Amino acid sequence: MTSALARQYDYWATAYRRTWKGSVISSFLMPLLYLAAMGVGLGHFVDQNAGAGALGGVSYLAYIAPGLLAATAMQTAVGESTYPIMGKIKWNFVFHAMAATPLRIRDIVVGQLGFIAFRVTTTCAVFLGVIAAFGAIESPLGVFCLAVAPLVGLAFAAPVFAIASRLESDAGFAMIFRFGVIPMFLFSGAFFPVTQLPDGIEWLAYVTPLWHGVMMSRDLSLGVASLWPTLGHAAYLLIWIGAGTLLTVRGLTRRLVR
Amino acid sequence: MPLIRARGLTKAYGSVRAVRGIDLDVQRGEAFGFLGPNGAGKSSTMRMMGAVSPPSGGELRIFGLDPAVDGPRIRGRLGVCPQDDTLDPELSTLENLLVYGRYFGLSRATCQARAAELLDFVALRDRAGEKVENLSGGMKRRLTIARSLINDPDLLLLDEPTTGLDPQARHLLWDKLFRLRQAGVTLVLTTHYMDEAEQLCNRLVVIDGGLIVAEGSPAELIRQYSTREVTELRFNPDDDHEVLAGKVADLARRVEALPDRLLLYTDDGEAAAVAAHERGLTPASVLVRRSTLEDVFLRLTGRSLVD
Repeated sequence: MTSALARQYDYWATAYRRTWKGSVISSFLMPLLYLAAMGVGLGHFVDQNAGAGALGGVSYLAYIAPGLLAATAMQTAVGESTYPIMGKIKWNFVFHAMAATPLRIRDIVVGQLGFIAFRVTTTCAVFLGVIAAFGAIESPLGVFCLAVAPLVGLAFAAPVFAIASRLESDAGFAMIFRFGVIPMFLFSGAFFPVTQLPDGIEWLAYVTPLWHGVMMSRDLSLGVASLWPTLGHAAYLLIWIGAGTLLTVRGLTRRLVR
Repeated sequence: MPLIRARGLTKAYGSVRAVRGIDLDVQRGEAFGFLGPNGAGKSSTMRMMGAVSPPSGGELRIFGLDPAVDGPRIRGRLGVCPQDDTLDPELSTLENLLVYGRYFGLSRATCQARAAELLDFVALRDRAGEKVENLSGGMKRRLTIARSLINDPDLLLLDEPTTGLDPQARHLLWDKLFRLRQAGVTLVLTTHYMDEAEQLCNRLVVIDGGLIVAEGSPAELIRQYSTREVTELRFNPDDDHEVLAGKVADLARRVEALPDRLLLYTDDGEAAAVAAHERGLTPASVLVRRSTLEDVFLRLTGRSLVD
């Protein structure tokens, strides 16, 4: 008996072989665009006017690069757990086909999340390579950002998958992007410290998984990470992953096993 | 031990009772058909037998196993051809087979060998590299059947396998299914095509409103619920068919008046036609034919649309 994940490997490998070229190009392009605009353009302006002291002796480029990395993990994960999921439920019935085999719903969910973790990690590896080439990674510890990326990705993918498994139409995805992904991208500490936010909504940033991912990545990238805060952030993300996965299994079971 | 055993099987979706208490046994080697109009509960029953839909009540055993407990083990020995194609349109014909075989825990080598055989069997070898979205409807159905055979199943479940296909594609599929039957594969299929049921099934049930209303071989059902022959007398649409029917009511075991013709159910159609003539009926045309399953079906499930 091969494990349920091994049984799905060929499917994912076959599907990925058909799409990886497109994803690699965008993996390179996105960080280049971000870094050119924000890091170099805006960063130069910030560094000249605020002085390095404003960000604790760190260049703006080095400050936002790990934040952008975490945000990219989020965006990749949400992209993979919205339309592709609905497609498999409603449009091409790929999940129905899988559910008619010995695979159980939880096997299917874990396989899907495993693939998303892989997509997030490879995308972020390219991203990390590009920002390292820009000199925006200050410490060798920065390489551990690659372990943070799938954590952040899954902390989003699992709950969004849970929502997608319950949606009847893709209109809900626009809401996820508009009221979830974009506000988090802007206000979860990737571009400026969340202490700059009004007191009333500062706590909102601490609740988002992205803030924890940004903090972990930045501490590692700047080489100032210490053990307990890092573990705390990781534990918080794991809670999102665990709860999201459970809710997904329930949602998809209700959808497919009726 | 029967491959499928159901006792008092029910399925409800909220307040809708799709299946209202079904008893049946399907033995190894049978070709068993569910015949019924749309919404009769055929697909619900099939999904329960496929161990993807938990029964709401009653007892169901597949291979002697309880689907609520042993779902994965049961599904490992089933081949399922669902009503809607569930092929992966992004993958090629061959890839669909290979990937699917792996879900059953088959080795890559086994998948390769089976896929090659099955592509020959369903005449899709020269389409092996084609993306599935480019295949015709008939090719997709054949591929779905090939896919359902990748694990060499003990039981093949086919939900309306030929609905929506052109006659050529249907006959090709029937030929494949007939060969599987000859090879000893147990088939369970649903259909609302009478000719399909007559061609493929050695035993069938007519299901209506979530209940089994008749059971037997095609010949038994015709014997029991219809007559040997049917005489169709076609009249002018202006004629009052109810009046005409009254005149010949005693000439056949049953007379049915349709808007354009009378149907006389009798064991001697020729004699009934002659007798009708002698009563002074002058139909525009006369057709004497053998009874078919369609007569049985309409008798049992009525002529009015249910949906």
